[in-house]
Amino acid sequence: MLRKLLDRLHPAFSKGSKLEKLYPMYEAIDTFLYTPSDTTKGASHVRDGMNLKRMMSLVVVALAPCFFMALDNTGYQANLAIANGQGTPIEGWREDVMTALGRGHDPASFVDNMVLGALFFIPVYFVTVAVGGAWEGLFASVRKHEINEGFLVTSALFPLTLPPTIPLWQVALGISFGVVIGKEIYGGIGKNFLNPALTGRAFLYFAYPTQLTGMTIWTAADGFSAATPLGAMASAQVSDTIPALTGYSWLDCFFGYIQGSMGESSTLACLLGAVLLISVGIGSWRVMAGVVSGAFVTSGLFWIFSGNATQNAMMTLNPFWHFVIGGFAFGTVYMATDPVSAAMTDVGRWFYGILIGVMTILIRVINPAFPEGIMLAILFGNTFAPLIDYFVVQANIKRREARYAA
Amino acid sequence: MEHYLSIFMKSVFVENMALAFFLGMCTFIAVSKSVKTAIGLGIAVIVILTITVPANNLLLNYLLKPGALSWISSEYSDIDLTFLSLITYIGTIAAMVQILEMTLDRYFPPLYNALGIFLPLITVNCAILAGSLFMQERDYNFPESCVFGFGAGVGWALAIVALAGIREKMKYSDVPDGLKGLGITFMTAGLMALAFMSFGGM
Repeated sequence: MLRKLLDRLHPAFSKGSKLEKLYPMYEAIDTFLYTPSDTTKGASHVRDGMNLKRMMSLVVVALAPCFFMALDNTGYQANLAIANGQGTPIEGWREDVMTALGRGHDPASFVDNMVLGALFFIPVYFVTVAVGGAWEGLFASVRKHEINEGFLVTSALFPLTLPPTIPLWQVALGISFGVVIGKEIYGGIGKNFLNPALTGRAFLYFAYPTQLTGMTIWTAADGFSAATPLGAMASAQVSDTIPALTGYSWLDCFFGYIQGSMGESSTLACLLGAVLLISVGIGSWRVMAGVVSGAFVTSGLFWIFSGNATQNAMMTLNPFWHFVIGGFAFGTVYMATDPVSAAMTDVGRWFYGILIGVMTILIRVINPAFPEGIMLAILFGNTFAPLIDYFVVQANIKRREARYAA
Repeated sequence: MEHYLSIFMKSVFVENMALAFFLGMCTFIAVSKSVKTAIGLGIAVIVILTITVPANNLLLNYLLKPGALSWISSEYSDIDLTFLSLITYIGTIAAMVQILEMTLDRYFPPLYNALGIFLPLITVNCAILAGSLFMQERDYNFPESCVFGFGAGVGWALAIVALAGIREKMKYSDVPDGLKGLGITFMTAGLMALAFMSFGGM
């Protein structure tokens, strides 16, 4: 029935008719619902069911655990603060919906947590999709390219990196910058050099530091302030530990029931995603291994050589803590492996990953201005990825020339 | 040692000439179309900065500064010639580039041929002059200015080579007509600066 409807609409969008300009919209909906029947007209046929659409959809599937944690943990943190009397529910339509549904603020109740989390996450996600999608559609219509599933991933990643209390207009602004400047002016997905979701996030981070950094933004409850484990550690005095500062154990951080951006807190969720991405061959295991080993060695060196007599508490943090706090796992699994902005060559991916890992730890430990490093480290890696590829390719050419000359 | 290392890291990353101060933009944008030429220009900038900053440092300390002339005679010790520093630096840079060019031509022809066009070009590169002016403003002594000159050159070279890498990849991009060429390059440089913000505040 849907097929018939789409077929009937087709002439209205085809060349020469009134809605010609909106054809990309029609095409996007059509091919999203049905596999297109077009076949390659040239001589080469790639016989692989894996196209961009399936690939991007699979990334979104891999993000499912993070979505789940975003809902659960956002609600849980808020309800916990409210139940402990440290914060009050934020007045407004969200509270009205909670009352209308007859839900309370009980951190032990799974449904309460999910509902409250959804009330904060869904609007952010909705704004991202609506505003970003509008830009995508506009560019697709004017420049006559197809709307691409790359945006599906961008729009899924972007809200997960934001704190729950972010004003919705900032979400709109951030995704606009990410999609337009980070991607569309280069001609759309596959032609950009920075990760669009991260570009938008970094733009917001520098433009509106009050809404994206600090103590009060991570929990959706009024009057409650608590630092993320990273933030606490970055401002800590000598030789404090995370359990002593925030009361979180390593396992808390691993499962993700901690303060932080909505979707990035759980290392376990990211690991589940990583398993899927690697097993279907979308995420590059070389990049992930590179990031992890780079970070492990760098933080290990800091940890070994700092001892306890240092002014900088971050230095004394052992490598295994670095992996579970902040956005390290999320960035490593979903952001660094972005096939467009990462290095393209296999050897290059190792270097690219290691560069990101090392930079992440350097920013975390040495730079007092930023508690978290993974976002800027990945952007930094993106900047140098084409160069890394260039040198790998040149080395390859040289080696072959030497081989054939002999 | 640690002090010099910190000056070096600072001048390469934190205070990157191209991406933190946006100096030397004309050549940065114009000569970044291919990685190969960018590397050539980058090396030329490193060499020139490493020579001119310490040279100007000597001039500043033994000719221009208030009291700098006291090595000639104590009656000159209250002369302050710093108002001449700008023109002196430019002169030194131009002279150094000329001398370097002739030396390379005579003794290292392959290197001369590789750098050939770029050497005269960077005489007027503002990143080079800025190196000397920063040296004066920050009161670096001779070894410090050697390290600073080298570091500033490496930072600028790193930035232009990275930009060239991105632009080679961007051959495959489909940039809107109005932004083609310079427009998109400026935006790319801006986005690179965003990534280099990771060092800000160190």
